[in-house]
Amino acid sequence: MKRKKAPPKTERRAFLNMIGKTVVSAGAMLGAGSLLDKKEAASAQSFPTADYDWTKHRWAFGVDATRCIGCLRCAEACKAENGTNPDAHHFRTWVERYVYLEGEERALVDSQADPQNIAAAGAEGVYRFDNRYKDEKVDKAFFVPKICNHCTHPACVQVCPTGATYKTKDGVVLIDEKYCIGCEYCVQACPYGARFFNTETQTSEKCTWCYHRITKGLQPACVEVCPVGARIFGDRNDPASPISEFIRNNRVSVLKPETGNAPNCFYIGIDKEVQ
Amino acid sequence: MEHVLNISPYIGYVFPNETVFPWSVMIAVYPYMTGLVAGAFSVSSFYHVFGMQTYKPLARFALLTALSFMIFVPLPLLLHLGHPERAFNAMITPHWTSAFAAFGYFAAFYVCLLVLECFFVFREDNVARAKNATGLGKLFYGAVTLWSDDVSQKARIYDHKWLFVLAVIGVPAAHGLHGYVGFVFGSLKSREWWGSDLMPVIFLFSAVVSGFALLIVLHVVTSLWRKVPVNIPCVRGLAGSLWGFLMFGVLLEGVEYANVIYKAREGIELILVFVSGPLFVPYFVLQFGIGAFLPIGILAFLIFGKVGGRTLVVGAVVSALLVLMSVFMMRWNVVIGGQMISKTLKGLLSYTPPLLGRESLLAAIFVMLAPFGLLWVLTRLFPPWDDADKQAMPRAADNEKMPLLAE
Repeated sequence: MKRKKAPPKTERRAFLNMIGKTVVSAGAMLGAGSLLDKKEAASAQSFPTADYDWTKHRWAFGVDATRCIGCLRCAEACKAENGTNPDAHHFRTWVERYVYLEGEERALVDSQADPQNIAAAGAEGVYRFDNRYKDEKVDKAFFVPKICNHCTHPACVQVCPTGATYKTKDGVVLIDEKYCIGCEYCVQACPYGARFFNTETQTSEKCTWCYHRITKGLQPACVEVCPVGARIFGDRNDPASPISEFIRNNRVSVLKPETGNAPNCFYIGIDKEVQ
Repeated sequence: MEHVLNISPYIGYVFPNETVFPWSVMIAVYPYMTGLVAGAFSVSSFYHVFGMQTYKPLARFALLTALSFMIFVPLPLLLHLGHPERAFNAMITPHWTSAFAAFGYFAAFYVCLLVLECFFVFREDNVARAKNATGLGKLFYGAVTLWSDDVSQKARIYDHKWLFVLAVIGVPAAHGLHGYVGFVFGSLKSREWWGSDLMPVIFLFSAVVSGFALLIVLHVVTSLWRKVPVNIPCVRGLAGSLWGFLMFGVLLEGVEYANVIYKAREGIELILVFVSGPLFVPYFVLQFGIGAFLPIGILAFLIFGKVGGRTLVVGAVVSALLVLMSVFMMRWNVVIGGQMISKTLKGLLSYTPPLLGRESLLAAIFVMLAPFGLLWVLTRLFPPWDDADKQAMPRAADNEKMPLLAE
């Protein structure tokens, strides 16, 4: 009887042993997992990054409109990088097309929200310029990339009633989406139409010059993907940076200087019509 | 949750982000309501500060009207906010460079001032009601008098002193609040239609005008409801003031418009297309034509034609209703109109409020009607009329032939 009972006892012991080991190892795995999670969370929280010194940089953006071919890889990359609403009415960066037809004084302008361009794109998250001028006599035409100007005196920061949007020491205008009340006063105040309302977070949204990338030594997504080098980005504190050279070697202009916002996005190759 | 986006149709070129209208009909309702508060308070202060006896019959009612509207002023803003639960962030950490940072403080201060003024205005009556009432009523009126039943001559003089001081503070506070609302729009350099130094003053005058108009209508309606004669001198006084302030308000807006057109800065071609096209009916026809010039004409006829009786009352009410419509159109034409002109100055957007939803037409109508509901409740609790407990009888001051409209 004893012998007969023994196997079950051993089996029970083995079973309990197995359960114990499973629980311990699962616990260890879970523990490790949560540690990993915490580590990831900590890195996500250290925004920009633990070793980044924002007093040592002065970021700026350049646009060489003479190079832009209107391929819109920038707009698509921006949306993918930042998870922006993929429709044609919310853009952190977009491209405008200016066309002077023969004999016309004023340019015809269109961009991604244009119904014909939406139709030409065919899907959300994809952007194209349609070929509407193929039968026209075009006198002059060019593309102008647009982006938040991260102004030195940003009107959007001035009007924010809570301070949820602010200017960083390295010259970037950011939004704390956990503090923004969603009044859209900043959307009104921006003369450049660079801000919009995010219906998911119910707060304002705009370009950050990919702050999560630039603080790690990377380029903004739109600059990274531009196939023709129409977008230039860098640190003005570094005289050898692409942006310092761009500003030094060209006669640059800014958009709507009369607003007093003092934009930090510098253009070459734009026209009187560009606002 | 899937968010339904209202994409605004447009002509010309607008920035892609502009195709979603930032500020809705709620932001047009908001200055309209603060304007009515400031205007109603003006009527009350004409008696309480300046001692104008003509407005005495309306002084307390005007105060309740201001309070009823003021309590609902934050509602359209809260309905607009993406995160209304964070609204107090603006008060906890006000960002003082924002024209909107002080709104919470302004509004809270002004509500307190109105409540305090109502406390003193109605204290004597409430003490009497507390004495006569039983049960819950006794408790309620006891509470609103803070269980102080001293109505001696000394106490009443003390009350009046406080009333005067509060009203004196209230006049700049009410007008400051509304002028400040004008500044919220006028200080923005991003919008051609808003960025004007005259905006706060224009808002202020239209506010006073709307308050006078509202009280004409409410006085006549409440008189009919209560089956008491309409106080003709009071209506005449209100009509006269309405006429004066209305003319000045229209003049200011005319100057503002002339400035935009005459200066003819960049984008003037678009503005001309705008005012002669989508803005023609709401601006020239409704706001100026039917809403301002017509009532100026009617009121001038009533005042200088020495018209009395029923004609005066009907004429004044019609003018007042037109003015109320005109002032709302002014708010609409500023708030919505300003956003219709694209920041590119190359395109025009259009806006139609949705019928249902948080920022819809129906919600706006509810927000506009809610203060009237509160006013009804307040007038039941604190009857503001001198003749409330008496038989309706002509006042000694009223030397006109009383048209007993309610007969």
